[in-house]
Amino acid sequence: MAKPTAELLTQPGRRLRVCLALTVLLAFAAWMGLSLGSTGGGFGEIWPVLSGQVSADSVMATIIWKIRLPRVVLAAVVGATLALGGLVFQVLLRNPLAEPYMLGVSGGSAIGAISAMLVGFSPFPGIALSAFGGSMLTLLLLLMLAAGRTTVNRDSLLLGGVMINAFCGALIMFLISLSRDSEVRHILFWLMGDLSLFRNDQLPLLLGVAPSFVLILVLARPLNLLLLGREEAAAMGVSVTLVTNLLLVATTFMVSLVVCYSGLIGFVGLVIPHILRLLLGVDHRLLAPATILGGATYLILCDLLARTFHLSGELPVGIITALIGAPLFIFLLWRARR
Amino acid sequence: MKAVAARGLGITYGNRQILRQVDLGVEQGSFLVIIGPNGTGKTSLLKALAGLIPATGEIEILGRPLSGYSRRELARQLAMVPQHPTGDFPFTVAETVLMGRSPHLGLLESEGEHDLGLAQQAMEFTDVVHLAGRHLDELSGGERQRVIIARAICQEPRLILLDEPTASLDPAHQVRIMDLLERLRRKQGVTVIMVSHDLNLAAMYGEQLALMHDGRINALGTPEAVLTEPGLTACYGCRMEVFRTGPADPLRVFPVPEAKVC
Repeated sequence: MAKPTAELLTQPGRRLRVCLALTVLLAFAAWMGLSLGSTGGGFGEIWPVLSGQVSADSVMATIIWKIRLPRVVLAAVVGATLALGGLVFQVLLRNPLAEPYMLGVSGGSAIGAISAMLVGFSPFPGIALSAFGGSMLTLLLLLMLAAGRTTVNRDSLLLGGVMINAFCGALIMFLISLSRDSEVRHILFWLMGDLSLFRNDQLPLLLGVAPSFVLILVLARPLNLLLLGREEAAAMGVSVTLVTNLLLVATTFMVSLVVCYSGLIGFVGLVIPHILRLLLGVDHRLLAPATILGGATYLILCDLLARTFHLSGELPVGIITALIGAPLFIFLLWRARR
Repeated sequence: MKAVAARGLGITYGNRQILRQVDLGVEQGSFLVIIGPNGTGKTSLLKALAGLIPATGEIEILGRPLSGYSRRELARQLAMVPQHPTGDFPFTVAETVLMGRSPHLGLLESEGEHDLGLAQQAMEFTDVVHLAGRHLDELSGGERQRVIIARAICQEPRLILLDEPTASLDPAHQVRIMDLLERLRRKQGVTVIMVSHDLNLAAMYGEQLALMHDGRINALGTPEAVLTEPGLTACYGCRMEVFRTGPADPLRVFPVPEAKVC
């Protein structure tokens, strides 16, 4: 049998190395997230606290255990979920610029969530389910737009998504105008994407994203084939309808779940997959785990910036991600048009 | 056992009938070229045989009903080379060819030595080894077509279906692709079914030709039987001249511009 060329043989080792490097980055970001905050602290104070050398009742220990650690975990899970969600969206719509926030799917979940908030539901399962329903509806609308003919014009799809987003925006404003003053501030912060509304006892619920993560990682090879289009994927043995539906439900579910706690945080699902695709290529068996690690790292750092940006309070983290993401999106669009 | 046996195939889009009562039998290891004017259902027939679009009637692939195959099982027997392989997302040539192994691998299984060896062979067969690390979107039309054929070969199919693989290629590349398919058929006994607009290539390489018109197969048989002046003229609505340059040469077909029939 012929001897394979070097290009063919690089894969498995590379996957391990890249994931290891990204894990180190994530650990570094988490360490920064634990060390820094509005009440000060330094890089050296973490070890004594985490290893139990400092009494758990001390002020520093309380801040780290009860405030910063849950916050870092939340940022990591939300970032990983949004980034992975963006990656899957880009495959399903076969458009490297697709992103749930941009295309109005987040807007749909916002309508669901805000309606549930106004009715007075609890975050889980009430708001989560309502958000899931809202995003599912907008997603189906988007897929109908994308399904049309074999060659979907990518710009018209984006335009359709932007219009769905605008419509959702109008509905959100309508809902806000109906709500009482006391609720408005809460909803506004939620719309801007804010990790500070989270309560520690909600932490275990975040585990709900795990099944979706596993499913997407398992379906990494079919994801590669789906990028070639439904017919080519089918011709290479993918049960296209089944796989697509599984991915849709899993992705929408995990994104809706985190959105209930984090609010609308945009562009994470665009920035992270895009940068990693440039660095690592398109193979999802590498790209999917890398996106999870990269998304977690990115949002921990953005959240750190949001927490420490000014002393009198916090910025909603969604503002930071949009300030970074929107210009990048414009740049990518410009480059794609050239 | 035939490679393909289809009886009474029909396809309808809305109220348009794309295929009407098509019967088709293809022997294993043969080379069939489907010809005919634009919009007569050639591509639809090909896709129906690959199970990619629903059709009424019966299709048997290698003696087994098409509906009895799972997607994966079918992809191990039958590979498809589409007319416009897409590439918004730049996979490398090596990655693309290795994708052909997916119907043979479990979900979490990585490609092993065996798969890498097959990919290497397929790339050597279609002469794209030197492109292995390049991205698909950097290649010329002929190179990309050879990569996609390598992917199909890597699938280890017993049938290979191609939709106009030589369209938009210069004559030298057209002949290279056709030679490659002929070698594949001779060496590995793969059944080749392709759609083509090039009647001369069809005459040179096809063992069997199927001439389609308006959703039907008007003539099926050897090039000599199918490429007749009256038959082609009736199908294409334009006078066609058929002749031989020498007794051992293949038939040549040329349209006659001045005397339009329609």
